[in-house]
Amino acid sequence: MSGLNLDPNLAKADDFYESLLAAHEGLTKAESDAFNARLILVLANHVGDEGVLSQALEAARLSRDETSS
Amino acid sequence: MTRIFETPLYPYERSADQDAEAPVRHPVIVVGAGPIGLAAAIDLAQQDIPVVVLDDNDKVSFGSRAICFAKRPLEILDRLGCGEAMVEKGVTWNTGKVFFDERKVYEFNLLPEDGHKNPAFINLQQYHFEKFLVDRVFDLQAQGKPIEIRGNNRVTAVDAEDSHVSLTVETPDGPYRIKADWLIACDGAGSPIRAMMGLDFVGRVFEDNFLIADVVMDADFPTERWFWFDPPFNRGQSALLHKQPDGVWRIDLQLGWDIDKEKEKLPENVIPRLKAMLGPDIRFELEWVSIYTFQCRRMEKFRHGRVLFAGDSAHQVSPFGARGANSGLQDTDNLIWKLKLVMGGLAPESLLDTYDMERIHGADENILNSSRSTDFITPKSEMSRIFRNAVLDLSEHHAFARPLVNSGRLSVPCTYDGSPLNGPDCAIMPARTRPGSPAPDAPVSCNNKEWLLGKLGNSFQILAIDVETPPSVCVGGICADRVTLSTEDNPALRERYLGEAEGAVYLMRPDQHVAARWDHWNDEAVRRAIETATGRNVSGLAGGLR
Repeated sequence: MSGLNLDPNLAKADDFYESLLAAHEGLTKAESDAFNARLILVLANHVGDEGVLSQALEAARLSRDETSS
Repeated sequence: MTRIFETPLYPYERSADQDAEAPVRHPVIVVGAGPIGLAAAIDLAQQDIPVVVLDDNDKVSFGSRAICFAKRPLEILDRLGCGEAMVEKGVTWNTGKVFFDERKVYEFNLLPEDGHKNPAFINLQQYHFEKFLVDRVFDLQAQGKPIEIRGNNRVTAVDAEDSHVSLTVETPDGPYRIKADWLIACDGAGSPIRAMMGLDFVGRVFEDNFLIADVVMDADFPTERWFWFDPPFNRGQSALLHKQPDGVWRIDLQLGWDIDKEKEKLPENVIPRLKAMLGPDIRFELEWVSIYTFQCRRMEKFRHGRVLFAGDSAHQVSPFGARGANSGLQDTDNLIWKLKLVMGGLAPESLLDTYDMERIHGADENILNSSRSTDFITPKSEMSRIFRNAVLDLSEHHAFARPLVNSGRLSVPCTYDGSPLNGPDCAIMPARTRPGSPAPDAPVSCNNKEWLLGKLGNSFQILAIDVETPPSVCVGGICADRVTLSTEDNPALRERYLGEAEGAVYLMRPDQHVAARWDHWNDEAVRRAIETATGRNVSGLAGGLR
């Protein structure tokens, strides 16, 4: 079953991380919260697949007994 | 001029029952002459079942209240003989606009599907709606049908027994007693019958207040639904503008929880709010102002022996999505044919338990949808507000976010999937007409003068499309007559009812729902399906819908 990919998948991890921080630069806490919310919605729509999204919600919870796929 | 909702339409008249020595027993008593009680009574009387409606006043609804009536209820009202007058009087609209802060973030067109007699919905004040129903009651009376409305007859005691229900009724001439084989309680969200029977009504309270104002104005606002999130004239809250007939506009303003209701209702407080919304130059007159709070809740069961609850007395939803009156009309649509069969000894009493199952399924769907709308419109936490605003901001720029904007999911009928009344399905036919579905309308003549739903309803029927069948099938006193149609030059009928099949045989319920379907005629299978759809197949009636 094709599921949520929790293995490394970003070719240039440091570059992405830097862009993520850069996007928040100069924003107030409220603006950053709003940005994050928009980003989550954009990414969720791109993923689309209900199963993957529910696995992502679960993965983000960091439940202790979670077994990695 | 006296307004329609201030005019007594069925003033108190002394009934012979009040002078009877012993309480007179009636086959069916309906309590409440609101939209649902009147629809129930009309449905019964049309089928020659005597009915008495008791109402605690003698007028239609005070103020506009429920104003959106969706296609399925309009189809039911056609069956009840008063849909066309309502559509003619009502305002039809297709465009909705959504505003956030000071900007319009997007607009939508409902683009209703072609080939239906009725529009997606109409706006019509509840008092007009009830007036059309009362007129229909008077028409039926003129035709000699057994229907009676007793104004200013307030039920003060109810005693539900195994064989009948006894009522005490208060009138201007004092109390009297009356009995019914069956009682239908359509006495609203605050149902006195429910309270007198000590029955539960649990659910979720939403801590919010909404101001509704009906204003009369000659403004040239287009016939559209406008919804604002966090507008400058009502900061942090929502607002709605909707057109009704007679130049009346419905304005809904969310006010929050900690307010002084009596003070907010005063014209000197309402008028400045409306001026801020409509602009300083618009002249308007207030017709009606009300403040409401709401809850989403339902009774655990709608049937309690010989007492049947329908409409708001059985379930209550938030107003977002117009699911109150609309779902109540679907309750009685579901109930009356079952009651008729049980009263006529043609079906076991347990058929009435399927009213419970099917309409609780509908109520749960409505509660789910209206709770979700409410959570979007009135975010209850900081994070839910952040996500709500993110959706609105994105919706201005990106199409993907627009389906997430939830200013009310407009009422559509539910499908009774998993109902014990459902018979066989045929997999190659369209999903929308599977057993349990309300039959979608379709034109059946090329000039759009005749419609499929005009040919269906009030009894079991065989809908034969491009298939030869006998003219009728009878099983134990229930006959299903044939309605024959061809899909030649009728792509809508083909698309909705055949799909990939060459022809179709549908068993239709009296409420225009599909009971079963096949791609060929099979006498034995149709007979079995009629037995199933009338609850004679008792073993199938355990448990709820899947």
